[in-house]
Amino acid sequence: MNAKTSKRLNMKDRYRIMTRDLAWEPSYQRHEDIFPQEDFEGIKIVDWSQWEDPFRLTMDNYWKFQAEKERKLYAIFDAVSQNNGQMNVSDPRYLNAVKLFITAVTPLEYNAYKGYARVGRQFGGVGARIACQMQSIDELRHTQTQIHAMSHYNKYFGGMHDFPHMFDRVWYLSVPKSFFEDASTAGPFEFLTAISFSFEYVLTNLLFLPFMSGAAYNGDMNTVTFGFSAQSDEARHMTLGLEIIKFILEQHEDNVPIVQKWLDKWLWRGYRLLSIVGMMMDYMLPNKVMSWAEAWEMYYEEAGGALFKELERYGIRPPKFAEQTVIGKNHVSHQTWFVFYQYGHATAFNTWIPTAKEMDWLSEKYPDTFDRLYRPRFELLAEKAAKGERFYNNTLPQLCQICQIPLAITEPDDDTMISHRDTVHEGERYHFCSDGCRDIFHNEPEKYVQAWLPVHQILQGNCGGADMEKVIGDYYRIEMGEDNLEFEGSPEQRRWKQWKQAV
Amino acid sequence: MSRVFIALQDNENSRFIVEAISEDNPNAEVKHSPAMIRIEADDRLTIYRETVEEKLGRDWDTQELQIDMISIGGNVDEDDDSFTLYWNS
Amino acid sequence: MMSVNANYPNYQGPVRDRVENFHGSQLVYVLWERHLLFCAPLTFLADPEMSFVDFLSEILRPALAPHPESEQLRFDEAKWRLDGEDFQPDLEKSLIDNGIDHKSQLRLITPWLSDLADAAI
Repeated sequence: MNAKTSKRLNMKDRYRIMTRDLAWEPSYQRHEDIFPQEDFEGIKIVDWSQWEDPFRLTMDNYWKFQAEKERKLYAIFDAVSQNNGQMNVSDPRYLNAVKLFITAVTPLEYNAYKGYARVGRQFGGVGARIACQMQSIDELRHTQTQIHAMSHYNKYFGGMHDFPHMFDRVWYLSVPKSFFEDASTAGPFEFLTAISFSFEYVLTNLLFLPFMSGAAYNGDMNTVTFGFSAQSDEARHMTLGLEIIKFILEQHEDNVPIVQKWLDKWLWRGYRLLSIVGMMMDYMLPNKVMSWAEAWEMYYEEAGGALFKELERYGIRPPKFAEQTVIGKNHVSHQTWFVFYQYGHATAFNTWIPTAKEMDWLSEKYPDTFDRLYRPRFELLAEKAAKGERFYNNTLPQLCQICQIPLAITEPDDDTMISHRDTVHEGERYHFCSDGCRDIFHNEPEKYVQAWLPVHQILQGNCGGADMEKVIGDYYRIEMGEDNLEFEGSPEQRRWKQWKQAV
Repeated sequence: MSRVFIALQDNENSRFIVEAISEDNPNAEVKHSPAMIRIEADDRLTIYRETVEEKLGRDWDTQELQIDMISIGGNVDEDDDSFTLYWNS
Repeated sequence: MMSVNANYPNYQGPVRDRVENFHGSQLVYVLWERHLLFCAPLTFLADPEMSFVDFLSEILRPALAPHPESEQLRFDEAKWRLDGEDFQPDLEKSLIDNGIDHKSQLRLITPWLSDLADAAI
């Protein structure tokens, strides 16, 4: 018996009643006083009622589906901890990707929760406010479920103990932190373009799909389960991201150049941020699912290509410098792992030289670059390590003023030359990793002059003095010899062997 | 021509949803990865409630898709009877 | 250059890395071109009154020591660029008198050290 049609309102009516009909027209306050941030970015909204959530999700169903997702998720968490799930991962090196995830990504979820709570308050349209409210709650759920998932591993492995503290202080975590703070300090429409569209729609597939599938392939049930549970919300966020962009573009032609500038900026910001994900996929997953270059082709070049073709009708072109990402896909994961390997004394995870078999996989996946450029570096360092001279770079790197990544990425047209750009603004010199990052500075110099660059902060004496061991141990709270350094011979490797023998 | 896609968790529910998709969208291409099923099609892909209900042998709300869905590419059009992904371009 | 679009007029963030914040020292970046064992250019804190030759022997030479080619490296045969321009350092003059000021980038160019050059190590 199907009672659906007789008793229940249909989806469209339910959406109308549970969103638009909850709003009212203010009578004794002016619109611009209630929503004071709606205008300053120059975005013109003529008719908020054109905003439509294609999922037509209402709050009652939202709670119902989210509760179902949580029940399924926590049943798995219980099963993993009751069955010593930590022993089922493919290789103890794998856990280092999880450590990087909780220190670098989980705090972004928390910032997204705060960000959507803020901008949801700023929109004159009720559809937009409700969508932001749901997304804000989703992001808080992601933060909590990730912490719960990883708390099990935290009982057995290092590097996860102080993740919020580390997020605010550790040099490489300034990359995700400054990325999100850039978005959070922008106006509400730029925030949505940055996070809902450029990040969620165009780029998060690259994090959650291949990486989470990789977690499954490496026996990490907790991560794949929270990852896919979070991603089921992301599918809704992505759709919203696309609808937002179309909505803004359809509202007024003056919005087009503003949005184009934001798309140029945030695709580049996101691409740089995802260098870390490329490294996780190519170097930190012992069982590989696909290479970073393949993931970039599938999720940026193909899926993003379809998307930007769709947006042509609004006068939008593909983001500036997108062609450089297509060149960079064959370099960025190797260059990033090389950075972390040599600064492995200042990381809250272990680093290592890929095994011979892993290097062969990299040669196969990167025929134009790996054997020519990166294999010789790793082999040289492996030789050094075998002689007891494991290489740690004890100097400090030059950082990009915008993305805050060490200037370790090569020129698009010369992969033996570091890419470097600079500019002088009001008598002060600033340095960048790329044309993309320098452009971002030039558009808003007053904002980026204040970047908190970890290397400069150390040298100003703001991170606990000049002794790097103290900076790493006391200021970052990375426990020397326990959380950091080489994987071979690490306490983590030793414990793993003992546990495996005990079984 | 552009490709739309939907990625689902590889679980009991999805098995039937994928069956329904394949039946209603003969050109859809199904790709399996660890823990995940990705279905692609040219320009358009529709999931019909009736077909899914027939495969599952129970009532199914199109919004239930949210529980098993991991990602999508394309514009969305959803009502009580179907869920469609499409590109205009 | 354009200007930030803020929700109040004349927004200006603090310039966080002004030379005054480095307690009498300045920052100098050094990039050893096509030698990527050091993954990125190096950042040094240096006294602007330090002579260029002292900067080389006391700061740069020890920092580059871990590189396999450091023993063959002869600074007197090297070419230099400073902030994008060809540069002939005066060894006895101070950094600042050589025009190396706060947040300058020096490039060390040694094209003849080539054992590892194919892979730009």
